[in-house]
Amino acid sequence: MDPTELTEDPRPVAGAVAPEVASEFPELRLLSLTLHATSPRSPREVRQRLKDLSDRFKGAQAVAMRRQPIPWAYRVFYRHIGLDPETDRPPMEALALDRLLKGHFRSQSLLDDALTIALMETGVPLWALDADTVHGDLAIRLARQDEALGRASTAPPLPEGGLVIVDGEGPVAVLFGPIAPGHGVTPKTTRMTLFALQVAGVPEIFVEEAFWECVSILGAGGP
Amino acid sequence: MSPAAVRLPRGRGLFVVLLTEELQQAPGIGVLPGVEVDESAARRTLRTQIARLESELGAAFTSAFPRVGLEWSVPSRGGPRLLGLGELEMLRDDLAERLAGIRRELARRAGQEDEARRLIEHMLADPAAHKWVRVTNADLGLTGCRNWHVRPRLGLIGMLMGWWRVKVSSGCPLPRGPARSRRPRVA
Repeated sequence: MDPTELTEDPRPVAGAVAPEVASEFPELRLLSLTLHATSPRSPREVRQRLKDLSDRFKGAQAVAMRRQPIPWAYRVFYRHIGLDPETDRPPMEALALDRLLKGHFRSQSLLDDALTIALMETGVPLWALDADTVHGDLAIRLARQDEALGRASTAPPLPEGGLVIVDGEGPVAVLFGPIAPGHGVTPKTTRMTLFALQVAGVPEIFVEEAFWECVSILGAGGP
Repeated sequence: MSPAAVRLPRGRGLFVVLLTEELQQAPGIGVLPGVEVDESAARRTLRTQIARLESELGAAFTSAFPRVGLEWSVPSRGGPRLLGLGELEMLRDDLAERLAGIRRELARRAGQEDEARRLIEHMLADPAAHKWVRVTNADLGLTGCRNWHVRPRLGLIGMLMGWWRVKVSSGCPLPRGPARSRRPRVA
C-alpha cells in the first residue's frame, strides 16, 4: 500500500465491502489512511489535552451516552451483527467506563492517546495497523473456511462467516474486535494504517474529524 | 438456515426451524422451483424494529439511573456476523421482552419508592407510631447513604418517656485521609 503522505488535509480512502455484507448494511463503510508516524511517549501538550478531556468527562455523560446519536448508532450496529453491547462494549462506552473506573484517561503512547482523544471528541472509533504488515487495500468481508486471524503460525482460527477486515492476503482484524497478532503498531512501527468503520447514523464529517484529530496529534508528536 | 445454527430460547427457535422445515417439505406449499424468496426486506424491517427497541432501552436505562440490580443484557448471537431472518426475529423478541421486563420492574420499584416517601412523611408526623423504623436512600431509588431513622431522644430515657423523633443521618462516611498517612514510615 502506498502511504498517503502526511499533509495538512489527509483524506481517508474507502475500502471495499463484500457484496453480501453491503447488501445487508448499505451504509457500512470502511475508511483508511496510511501515514508515516511513530508512537513514542506523548508530549506534554497531548498529555495535558488528555487530562482536560478527563476533567470534562462526568458520570452523567456516561449514563446518557447511549442516547447520543453516534454511540447509539454503534450500539444498534452491534445488535445487528449479533453482538451484545452490554457485554462487548462499543469502543466509546468501553473508554467511558474505563475513565470512570480509573478516574482519568491514562496516557499510554502517542498513538493510544490520539485514538482516545479522537474517539472522545467525535464518538468515532479508529484502529491502527502497522502499515508494513498490510498488503493491498483493506476491505470488509465474511471469514472463509479454515481462515485464521493474521498470518502468524499462532494466529487464532476464525469462525466461518464472521465479519472481518482483510488486506490483500487475509484477515487482519475482526470487525469491532481484536487486531491480528503481528499487525498491531509497535514501538518499531514507522508507518501506520488508521482505519474507521462508519455505520448507519454516523455522519461522514465526524469520521473525517476523527481522522483529522488523530493525524494532527500523531503529526504534532511525531519525529 | 440449519437447525444446528439456531439458538433455542424458550422453544421459539425450535418452532421457527420446525415450521420452516414443515413448509419446505409440505406438498404443494412453498416456493416454486427456480424461484428465490427475497427476505432482505423482512430483515431490513426487523433491523429497524431492533434499532427502535435499542433506543427505548437506552431511554429506560437513562431514566432508571441510579437504580441498580436491573438486567440490561440481551444475549449476543455469536457475532460479529450476518444474522438470518430467524435470528433477527429472536433478537427483536428478546429485546422487546427485556424492555417489557425492565418497564415492569421500574413500575414496581416506583410504587415501592412512593410508599417509602409516604412512610417518611408519616414517620415525621408521628414518630412514636413508627418506633425504630428506618428508610434509606436505596428505598427511595437514590444513591448515597442518607437514612431516616425513628429513634428515642436521650436514649433509654426517651424510650421510657416516649420521646421519639426522626433522625436523618448526615450521609456517607467521609473518605479516609491520604494513603501516605497509613503507610509505615521507612527509616
